[in-house]
Amino acid sequence: MAAEIEIHNTNRLIESYDRDATTILGFWVYLMTDCVLFASLFAVFAVLRNNTFGGPSGATLFSLPYVLAETFSLLTSSFTCGLAVLSAQRGNKKHTIFWFGVTFLLGLIFLIMEISEFHKFVKMGDSWQRSGFLSSYFTLVGTHGLHITIGLIWIAVMCVYVYKRGIGQTTLKRIRMLSLFWHFLDVVWIFIFTVVYLFGALHA
Amino acid sequence: MNKIKNSQTYDVLVSRHNPESASLRGYIIGFLGSIALTLIAYLLTYYHAAGRDVLFGLLAALALTQFAVQLIYFLHVGKEFSPRLKLIVMSCMIIVVCILVGGSLWIMSNLNGRVMPSTKQMTRYMNDQDNL
Repeated sequence: MAAEIEIHNTNRLIESYDRDATTILGFWVYLMTDCVLFASLFAVFAVLRNNTFGGPSGATLFSLPYVLAETFSLLTSSFTCGLAVLSAQRGNKKHTIFWFGVTFLLGLIFLIMEISEFHKFVKMGDSWQRSGFLSSYFTLVGTHGLHITIGLIWIAVMCVYVYKRGIGQTTLKRIRMLSLFWHFLDVVWIFIFTVVYLFGALHA
Repeated sequence: MNKIKNSQTYDVLVSRHNPESASLRGYIIGFLGSIALTLIAYLLTYYHAAGRDVLFGLLAALALTQFAVQLIYFLHVGKEFSPRLKLIVMSCMIIVVCILVGGSLWIMSNLNGRVMPSTKQMTRYMNDQDNL
């Protein structure tokens, strides 16, 4: 009996994966075009990184330990997002909501740290109006932060959705797309961390 | 789906039919790998462990390695059934990104070499403009 249920469920899963594969590929194509957006912002940053116009450079402005904490927070949230997908695949509603909750909190910590960093810079007079370097810095990191904000809203909506409707095939598909989005933001952050912060510190 | 008690067996069943599906082992490898690579990059920079040019190369290599680790273990790229459309679309994106970033840097550095160097008067004039 148990084996029959397993076979039935597995067959259902294969069918749904075939059907969902197209949708998820479409979402993947969107993510790749988003990559091009980030690439243009990276190009602008790379061109303007030394144009400080007498203002502070990256080396004097950024605190590396602070950014490392931000990075770990986002990285861990990417991991817990994976755990949420795993729970959803097993059909475990409670665990899915729990892990998405943890992901949301870690993402929120990241966002708050980023915003308070921005706030500190602006208060010191080093806003986006100060120099070409700072304009491109705020645009690049701010665009990533905007994506994180949208991701957080999506995670919150997903939690409510799973709580109310449970985990069906459609929900699983959406959860997989959400996880792609969140992991993708983590991938973009690797390059922001390296190019903006670490390379910036080396320029001293 | 809730009927299946043994979740480990379930994971195996799912992954056999859908190679893109998530596995706990993959996520743990990806997470620990990313943490290690981030820490190495951070410590190298923090202690200026090598010459600047060497460090630039090392950091870029570490970032690309972490990129690969997360692509494989978090985003499951290249694990799907063939034709591997995810991988193909991503390869196109990487080509576009290389042209965009590399091309911009090339053009702008070339332009930079050709413009008139700014004089002291120009800098003073620009600093005098309050709204700049």
